[in-house]
Amino acid sequence: MNAHASIPATAGCGVEIRQEYGQRAVFCGLTGIVWLHRKIQDAFFLVVGSRTCAHLIQSAAGVMIFAEPRFATAIIDERDLAGIADMNDELDRVVGRLIERRPDIKLLFLVGSCPSEVIKLDLSRAALRLSKSLAPDVRVLNYSGSGIETTFTQGEDACLASLVPDLPSEPAEAATSLLVVGALADVVEDQFARLFAEMGLSDVRFLPARRANEMPAVGRNTRYLLAQPFLTDAARALEERGARRISAPFPLGAEGTTRWLQAAADAFGVDPKRFEVATAPGRKRASQSLDHYRERLGGKRIFFFPDSQLEVPLARFLSREMGAELVEVGTPYLHRAHLADELELLPRGTIVNEGQSLDDQMDRCRAAKPDLTICGLGLANPLEAEGLSTKWSIELLFTPIQGYDQAGDLAELFCRPLVRRTRLEV
Amino acid sequence: MQLTVWTYEGPPHIGAMRIATAMKGLHYVLHAPQGDTYADLLFTMIERRDARPPVTYTTFQAQDLGRDTAEIFKNAVAKAYERFQPQAMIVGASCTAELIQDDPGGLAKALALPIPVIPLELPAYQKKENWGASETFYRLVRALAGQAVDRMPREGRRPLCNILGPTALGFRHRDDVIEIRKLLAALGIDVNVVAPMGATPADLGTLGAADFNVVMYPEVAKAAAQYLEKTFKQPFVDIVPIGVKATERFVEAVAKLAGVDPAPVLAGAPSRLPWYSRSVDSTYLTGKRVFIFGDATHALAAARIAATELGFKVVGLGTYSREFAREIRAEAAEHGVEALISDDYLDVEAAIQAAAPELVLGTQMERHIAKRLGVPCAVISAPIHVQDFPARHSPQMGFEGANVLFDTWVHPLMMGLEEHLLGMFREDPEFHDGVAPSHLGGKPRESSDAVEQATVVPPLAPSPAPATVDSITTHSPAPWAVEAEKELKKIPFFVRGKARANTERFARERALAIITVETLYDAKAHFGR
Repeated sequence: MNAHASIPATAGCGVEIRQEYGQRAVFCGLTGIVWLHRKIQDAFFLVVGSRTCAHLIQSAAGVMIFAEPRFATAIIDERDLAGIADMNDELDRVVGRLIERRPDIKLLFLVGSCPSEVIKLDLSRAALRLSKSLAPDVRVLNYSGSGIETTFTQGEDACLASLVPDLPSEPAEAATSLLVVGALADVVEDQFARLFAEMGLSDVRFLPARRANEMPAVGRNTRYLLAQPFLTDAARALEERGARRISAPFPLGAEGTTRWLQAAADAFGVDPKRFEVATAPGRKRASQSLDHYRERLGGKRIFFFPDSQLEVPLARFLSREMGAELVEVGTPYLHRAHLADELELLPRGTIVNEGQSLDDQMDRCRAAKPDLTICGLGLANPLEAEGLSTKWSIELLFTPIQGYDQAGDLAELFCRPLVRRTRLEV
Repeated sequence: MQLTVWTYEGPPHIGAMRIATAMKGLHYVLHAPQGDTYADLLFTMIERRDARPPVTYTTFQAQDLGRDTAEIFKNAVAKAYERFQPQAMIVGASCTAELIQDDPGGLAKALALPIPVIPLELPAYQKKENWGASETFYRLVRALAGQAVDRMPREGRRPLCNILGPTALGFRHRDDVIEIRKLLAALGIDVNVVAPMGATPADLGTLGAADFNVVMYPEVAKAAAQYLEKTFKQPFVDIVPIGVKATERFVEAVAKLAGVDPAPVLAGAPSRLPWYSRSVDSTYLTGKRVFIFGDATHALAAARIAATELGFKVVGLGTYSREFAREIRAEAAEHGVEALISDDYLDVEAAIQAAAPELVLGTQMERHIAKRLGVPCAVISAPIHVQDFPARHSPQMGFEGANVLFDTWVHPLMMGLEEHLLGMFREDPEFHDGVAPSHLGGKPRESSDAVEQATVVPPLAPSPAPATVDSITTHSPAPWAVEAEKELKKIPFFVRGKARANTERFARERALAIITVETLYDAKAHFGR
């Protein structure tokens, strides 16, 4: 079952896409809560699951473990499974206790998990019921972050997709508006808002918004631009509301950011001169800051284990802008349409590996002896102990990396482990 | 369903992983959905291990549920055997796999591998991490230790024992083992097998050769030790040598079982704790109010050390280890408090708030609570985070462990002179009330009245009245006169919460309409410190 199935490469781009099945060392979608609960400031995430789920989020929350978190778990116990307690009554009781403790909460997500999905607990009905009883103070939504359905960042996708049907409707006669989709660091979001404004696009909104009651409106005149590559379901939900996608590579690195902004500018008929003026300072700063790292990353052989679906855009950035060589680009899931512009830009012959068979992939990595391996925290220290330099991938979700003014920071993230290796004498 | 903000223990399969990862030559195949590999991080990041845990996960996904998940499991077992060539294997299910009921034990047996394959039944919706570790270790010992053994006659050789209990991801297990080995060596006792830490399945086969067993952590190893006692007539010592007195009792008990003289080991001053604690610098520690929470082993040990070796007053004692509730209740009674047996973080938070301690000894979770309440805190038990797997030697057990404990527990407290000066002069702009101990950075607190502040931050859900001591939350207390409120501020902040509670209780019992400066001092005289 772990055999490679080589499928025909995507037309024209010369990239070899392979698929692999087997043991997967990836997070489940619940992990998205770790950053989403900070992005939406008055939202709370209640996982309905087992002790494993509670243990996972508290382990993944790692460093920020001291902050009062806006997430918790309703742990299913044997009384629930045996039907001694009515699970819906139990859930209402738990939510009641929670809202009492956190009266500042305006938006509550009931997050499904593997156990709740396997026993088919209907959380969407529970969300409707609770929304009614808690209205108007608290809205209750539901999505699944289970491992059987979602991998790591797909949890954000599911969360945003659950928000979409609930977004206000734009009037039919509204002017065309731009919606940027995907949780970005606040600083990055503000930079993009300024750039769009300088290009003359004043009506730009972001999903998710920072507060529950400020979520953007959507309608037939909405054009949306994905800021993250893992938003399959959110995009579909937006299409259902009449919004149309602007196809673009993702705003990583100077080139990615320019092409991403360019796609929006083209869609809105921005005057090329004005685009030039608006982006020139950013492009200049980005290329300046990238120069610091080019020597260090140029020619380095890089291996990506699958993790977040950011791998393809990151590989594109590292190869085209930093001159790195791509050994293997693993991704947990490849959305052929959303990644089409990215795949076009990858060097011919790049191997993109969708899915995973962990031990086989580790064998390939060891055999290739890459200069830098991008992988999860379960693999990083073991590979370091084997003599490989690693960059732990989860950090790429917790750090502002998009846009011109973060391009240098992004390159630095990959350089740091290499520099460190040369510094340590012990 | 239980609302869980933080959980004290992971699910039972994490306990099984702790056993497998501690050992060598043992592999664990875990039927689990995609995502459960997060558990690897506990070992590679928190404990900073340099190899992947010896665990193969089936990582099934939704699309697999329509097909044959049992087949996926069988393939995973076969492949894991082929690749890792272990001496023995354990197989089991995580919480989700438990729901789909594929019977890992039966499926693995059908493969007829040429090694022992031990099935684990770990009810994930009922039991937790430590139980999982204990059950796994017990099953392994049962399956691998054999039935009979020819023990060498005792004459003409040194006594021989096993050390049972240290695991991966255990709080200071690495250094505790070093201390126990040191004590045993000093007594002239040889060590047969240390397990599970560092042992192979083959080593477990030789457990019977020892004369007796030392149980370091009853949570993990008592069940296995009881089995060995029954099977091989091996007595065991389960006195946990945390603290000076406990270490002495441990040495005496072990010496008795081994038939050796404990006197040389106990002679002199093997720990610095007694002298440090008697030196006059420690006088101000007398009667400091301490709240203790953790696993049963560490909470029990901490309570005794706090009361009899450091001179603190134990104002709260509790554990999340329900299996040892009886022992904790008995110990709590000795201190005149009611034990808190709970794995509900919110209950613990409420109990700490009610007891208004000056020091909290607890787990990583109590650090959250203590931080929120502005109370000094030290960690004595798992769950713990990366900083409690230190590079330096830092045991809890034995005489060196007692030295470590003295330093660790006293460190978060304000030093004596600082405390006196704060009590005398209240208006110094730099060195005023409500700054943290200056050796800890001395950053201003969020409020000058930390305990008071805690009562107004997010309201706590009503929880069963934590019965430790007088509750400060019942009924609305008499109002404070302005001067009385001002006078209260003159009481050092670390006892102010207690003073407030006592005064309000005093006023309530006498049905006073208002709390005046007089009431404050009347209450002080009534209760004493």
